[in-house]
Amino acid sequence: MESSNGVFNNEQLLSTIATNNGHGEDVEYFDGWKAYDNDPYHPSNNPNGVIQMGLAENQLSFDLIKEWMVKNPQASICTHEGVNKFTDIAIFQDYHGLPKFRSAVAKFMGKARGDRVSFDPERIVMSGGATGANETLMFCLADPGEAFLVPSPYYPAFNRDLGWRTGVKLIPITCESWNKITEEALKSAYEDAQNKKIRVKGLIITNPSNPLGTVQDFDTLKMLVNFVNDKRIHLVCDEIFAATVFNSPRLISVAEVIKDMPHVNYDLFHIIYSLSKDLGMPGFRVGVVYSYNDRVVTTARKMSSFGLVSSQTQYMLASLLSDDVFVTSYLDKSRERLSQRHKHLTRELAKVGIQCLKSNAGLFVWMDLRHLLKKPTKEEELKLWKVIINDVKINVSPGSSFHCNEAGWFRVCFANMDDETVDVSLQRIRTFVRRENKESNNNNDNTQKPNLKKRKEMMKLSRLSFNSRRFEETPNLLSPHSPIPQSPLVKART
Amino acid sequence: MVAELLSKIAAGNGHGEESAYFDGWKAYENDPFHPVNNPHGVIQMGLAENQLSFDLVKDWILKNPSASICTVEGVDQFKDIAIFQDYHGLPQFRHAVARFMEKVRGDKVRYDSDRIVMSGGATGAHELMAFCLADPGDAFLVPTPYYPGFDRDLRWRTGVQLLPVECHGSNQFKVTKQALEEAYKKAAEDNIKVKGLLITNPSNPLGTVLDRETLTSILSFSTDKNIHLICDEIYGATVFGYPEFISISEIMLDHPHNPDLIHLVYSLSKDLGFPGFRVGIVYSYNDRVVSCARKMSSFGLVSAQTQMLIASMLSDEVFVEKFLAESKKRLETRHNEFTWGLNQVGIQCLKSNAGLFVWMDLRQLIGQGKDPTVESELRLWRVIINEVKINVSPGCSFHCSEAGWFRVCIANMDNETMHVALRRIRSFAAQKVGKKDGGVVRSSSGKRKCWQQNNLQLRLSSRRLDDLMGVSQLGSPHSPMSPLVRAQT
Repeated sequence: MESSNGVFNNEQLLSTIATNNGHGEDVEYFDGWKAYDNDPYHPSNNPNGVIQMGLAENQLSFDLIKEWMVKNPQASICTHEGVNKFTDIAIFQDYHGLPKFRSAVAKFMGKARGDRVSFDPERIVMSGGATGANETLMFCLADPGEAFLVPSPYYPAFNRDLGWRTGVKLIPITCESWNKITEEALKSAYEDAQNKKIRVKGLIITNPSNPLGTVQDFDTLKMLVNFVNDKRIHLVCDEIFAATVFNSPRLISVAEVIKDMPHVNYDLFHIIYSLSKDLGMPGFRVGVVYSYNDRVVTTARKMSSFGLVSSQTQYMLASLLSDDVFVTSYLDKSRERLSQRHKHLTRELAKVGIQCLKSNAGLFVWMDLRHLLKKPTKEEELKLWKVIINDVKINVSPGSSFHCNEAGWFRVCFANMDDETVDVSLQRIRTFVRRENKESNNNNDNTQKPNLKKRKEMMKLSRLSFNSRRFEETPNLLSPHSPIPQSPLVKART
Repeated sequence: MVAELLSKIAAGNGHGEESAYFDGWKAYENDPFHPVNNPHGVIQMGLAENQLSFDLVKDWILKNPSASICTVEGVDQFKDIAIFQDYHGLPQFRHAVARFMEKVRGDKVRYDSDRIVMSGGATGAHELMAFCLADPGDAFLVPTPYYPGFDRDLRWRTGVQLLPVECHGSNQFKVTKQALEEAYKKAAEDNIKVKGLLITNPSNPLGTVLDRETLTSILSFSTDKNIHLICDEIYGATVFGYPEFISISEIMLDHPHNPDLIHLVYSLSKDLGFPGFRVGIVYSYNDRVVSCARKMSSFGLVSAQTQMLIASMLSDEVFVEKFLAESKKRLETRHNEFTWGLNQVGIQCLKSNAGLFVWMDLRQLIGQGKDPTVESELRLWRVIINEVKINVSPGCSFHCSEAGWFRVCIANMDNETMHVALRRIRSFAAQKVGKKDGGVVRSSSGKRKCWQQNNLQLRLSSRRLDDLMGVSQLGSPHSPMSPLVRAQT
């Protein structure tokens, strides 16, 4: 159809943002999700289905929350005890948020950090989950075309959250030693960007790390603070896994570091928080932007109109998180359960020769399957991934989706299922490893002697023999949302 | 330099919360009316909220404890709901919302629940539409007067422009083909690419519904120009009496169109009165837009807890029918009482039968013998806030092409408060009786009409008013100042 401005074909009808692939949900990486959605594991209804270990959720402590809910009906606007607040809450849309909600969240943030720092409720700004918080902060701090440095491996959806609609570029910093960001690497990335005439506006780190499950040490954090202060760029710390630290070393929040560095420019520091991981409530969309920069607070607050937390949810959580006794008990028990789960999983994996990066936080382990790769390439990693999905029938996330520069690592989530399911998945892994051992032993009898170094690397397991299945292109598993249109995840849980 | 540290978006004023227009809010918040504690305080009539039917909702809530994940009956669903973050939304939520939208349109059209996409309120829905349909620098046409929040929602972070389509009081602010063509032509002359047309039906601030002829003309205009048509229908269920609400979806049934160009914005903030729950909906007939918008909805999903409550409530067809009927009735009663009260003192409102407000005509009260101007409108507004002590919204904040109109919200208070407000307005108007030029008011003299029973003698002081700032965008329902926890009378 013609228009006087020229002919718009279907492509031009939409915006550039709508038609680029900035959302990151490329077709390729859907296999993991497809496999799961088509064939989801269920202990009785579908015991041979795919087990979901690609979703970083914290499902271990809902019993505690449910118990609290039943004992505290006034926390809901739908109970007899609470319904008189229904009107006030249903009409409350002030973007400052319910004062009690802000106070409770600020207190919770402090407790999750061992009360070594306190947070000012006036700086708590709501957002549509951490997803919304990350995007909002970018809209405040950077113009289209400007860049943020981010140490890899990193959460895949950062590309969408930080860059899709904002136009901000992400420049990965490769860390040679896992999650230890060195000053050299930082300087090098920064200068490299400058040489390319890209303006770096800041650095974003995730602490505790997703996907590694490790925490930053004090010296590194101090180095980062000094670096950004010196370059006059921002430091954004995504601390959404703060309360998932279940072993030492403890979490050191950037808040704690700058508390003792009064000489730095506080306008440069910002924290992203959320209740999706620590409390296990991603469905409630509680994101927080916490900035030490007043102007960012007021601007982000205005922007929060685009993604406020439902007042019904604010009200309930204000109640829950104001209960100090509950919060203390919850944090302790949750950590304990995460610790147990982590220990069990890593021990059992080690028994079949599978190591994980030493970690003490997060809802996942960073599993080392380098020895199972024919070659240390991304293609081989993805081939192995297909096998894990289709044969072992476990959905895990390949390291390449986290922009890891070394092939063979996989993130395996362990907190989104019950004990029985963990054991089923472990059993499948054992079976798989045993089978592969047997096959490779058979192969060894018939092939030339493999070279010694390679043998060492493989740690008793040698080459995998793949069946001759023809693999499709690999999808990009990024967001926690199922990209498959027809499959509600309502009953997705094992 | 502080500005450099932040983005241009952050350093600019695109959020629209200019300082000048805070007077209305400031006055209210410093001195909020309360029937007992502060009977002479400022009455809030600048907030388009629907508070007339909460009793029905509360009644339903108590009878349906399983709609909540916090009750004994519902807590077993807590975990499933707390972890549900799929951006498709709960299927039962989407079905219930689609069905509700159908009922609001008298079941004359059908909605596909797979096209329902969530957003952070209508605020988020509008921004989302702009991100999907236009590039920075592109423009949407929008008929005036329009909701001030559009300036922020559609433009601020997206870089999209809004170009007005001027409508006039002389023909009840109808959106004419001529005005559309003029606006389109002007854009072309200015080398601005028009990507779409945004209409609000029922209209905010007018409270009128678009008639069939206008809608058809709008549909053919956008089809002809191959531009998007975004229809904000968030006041759909606030229509009472005649003429009936006609949705663009109905017009599509009988007229040629390109479905890829048509999109609805919906919300439960006005029809149900739940702005706090942030339930915004994008409904597009364009598959690609649905898919893109759905991905973007990650930035502003509806809380799963709220999805579940709404799914339950709106699936109850008996409740929905009863609510829609009763809510309309109450809105109609409130509307009629208020406009009648105004008529008694010679104040007219634009004839309307929808929305949560009236479009009050005070043109004859300003102007000093000349045509009313924005300055004179704002002077009068200051008087209304500070002397009559009612917060209303001046027409210029809605980009109205002519001065002297004010939007007065009437559904966010109880009957008693409305009567207090009417009394105050009537006293104020009584001072102006007989003054053609509507200028300086002296204490009233001469024949007092029977309705001037109130003792209040309003005098306009010869106060020197502050400098008048340029046109800004008061209208955001959010208080820019302090928490509105107790904002409601």
